[in-house]
Amino acid sequence: MSSASVSVRGMAVITTSGLTKRFSTVTALDQLTMEIGTGVTGLIGSNGAGKSTLIRVLLGLLPATLGSAQVLGLDSASDGVRIRQQVGYMPEHDCLPPDVSATEFVVHMARMSGLPKTQARERTADILRHTGLYEERYRPIGGYSTGMRQRVKLAQALVHDPKLVLLDEPTNGLDPVGRDDMLALVRRIGHDFGISVLVTSHLLGELERISDHVVIIDAGRLLLRPGTRPGRGPRIGAGPRTATAPPHRRGLPRRHRRHRRHRRHRRPGWRS
Amino acid sequence: MSHPEPPPAGGIIHDIGYRGYAGPRLGRGYLLQSLYLQGFRSTFGLGRTARTKVLPILLLIATVLPAVIIVAVEVYTKQDAQLLSYNRYAMFLIPVIGIFVAAQAPQLISRDLRFRTVSLYFSRPLTRADYVLAKFGALASALFLLLSAPILVLAVGGVLAKFPLWQQTKNFLAAEVGALVFALILAGVSGVLAAATTRRGMGVAVIITVLSVSYTAAVAVQGIAQSYNNVTLAGYLGLFSPFTLADGVQIALVHAPTSTPAAPPGAGGKAIFVLVAVLLVAACYGFLLRRYQRLNAS
Repeated sequence: MSSASVSVRGMAVITTSGLTKRFSTVTALDQLTMEIGTGVTGLIGSNGAGKSTLIRVLLGLLPATLGSAQVLGLDSASDGVRIRQQVGYMPEHDCLPPDVSATEFVVHMARMSGLPKTQARERTADILRHTGLYEERYRPIGGYSTGMRQRVKLAQALVHDPKLVLLDEPTNGLDPVGRDDMLALVRRIGHDFGISVLVTSHLLGELERISDHVVIIDAGRLLLRPGTRPGRGPRIGAGPRTATAPPHRRGLPRRHRRHRRHRRHRRPGWRS
Repeated sequence: MSHPEPPPAGGIIHDIGYRGYAGPRLGRGYLLQSLYLQGFRSTFGLGRTARTKVLPILLLIATVLPAVIIVAVEVYTKQDAQLLSYNRYAMFLIPVIGIFVAAQAPQLISRDLRFRTVSLYFSRPLTRADYVLAKFGALASALFLLLSAPILVLAVGGVLAKFPLWQQTKNFLAAEVGALVFALILAGVSGVLAAATTRRGMGVAVIITVLSVSYTAAVAVQGIAQSYNNVTLAGYLGLFSPFTLADGVQIALVHAPTSTPAAPPGAGGKAIFVLVAVLLVAACYGFLLRRYQRLNAS
């Protein structure tokens, strides 16, 4: 992993400077300045940390309140359409209609990315094989397991051969085996397919294993800058830990966490 | 077994690894066209499961069959004029059109909202305005097809029955204009209702209720107003249901014979019907654009 990850690290794929997004009462992104290179980058933060908001801003679907973001050298505020041509996106939530087959659905999504009909079919067959859907791809999605649905969601994000793919919590709802399969697939996308990956999770432990770089955000702020590879430099987390939030925050109901966000303080325990 | 066996004659499957895509990436027109065609086909169950084809095909038969019977009667009894104005045919089909639009508008519009597929569309190069255009266009075209198929049958039958050709052409074109008016108004109203209700079953119920209740109520109060000899009021009451509004517009535009208790009164009344119809369709389209612009699709 290490040799491959070093060689693919090159130009910046995502750059943000002073990126801030405020909703009426909540600051979702707070002065985020960072640079993300090629390869697999893990974006870690607990629920509500601003991961999905960041992805939406990067895709040009949500205007930033302050600051700017560049994706593949294009400005997210003004060049949204061109960004979305070259970027794939796998949402966190369910987004699949139940009454069509995976093949039909992915072909349609390929065409919605501008691929002509024949090429859309070829790419769909290819990508479904890569994501590990075989005979079941001709059956309606409604009958799929969570793992298979996640694979379809991933396939539609990759079908147009993007330069960058944004995966929002791809391991959500998967059992340990499915989780490992998905993570191995994410790593293959970044290393074998040559597509840069920004993958989010609230579990540091799982992304640590597959990412070349790790970014940690909390309450919209950067806690750990990219460029830090696990196992070198400042070590993130102690081994395969699966704690999402610092121990004192774990298990708190959501409304308490929100409340907490307003009186943020440094949490040295999380860093070491 | 030191040597690997030669590949069998049929060839073997190699895992050749990931292949990139260097082919064309088509632009806005292609996306719009693909989404429009997919939507239009789906309203007749094409590209969907066999079960979804049943209803649209039955409804298409229900619209065309009476026209075939009328034509058969015209030809067999050697009529010298058409038995039914082509423009009036749509008003005979109200229940059929109502069921079609109530079933297909939610399928076309609510489904993407319900299953949150819109977030996959909007994370692609397709713009939200184009999404609305493709969906609205697909619904309006499907309705237009449903309405104009029987008119075409009637017109072809008219030619077979040796009615004057010029007259047939004129009547046919007038009826097509009427079909377009019906299609646009019904697509607008049902599109808004479908976009407002994300549950499909709910959408079906709301559309069928709004269309049938408004029509029944409008015609009933028109009848009451007429029984008090207030023909002007009776005419204007036609503004309050999509079907009677569309009928009033085709009366104004192509001098169609009336199918409701009262036609729009005078030239001013006709102008008001046309104006209200234009405003209604524009308002519905505007609502759809706004609904999707504001949609927080991630």
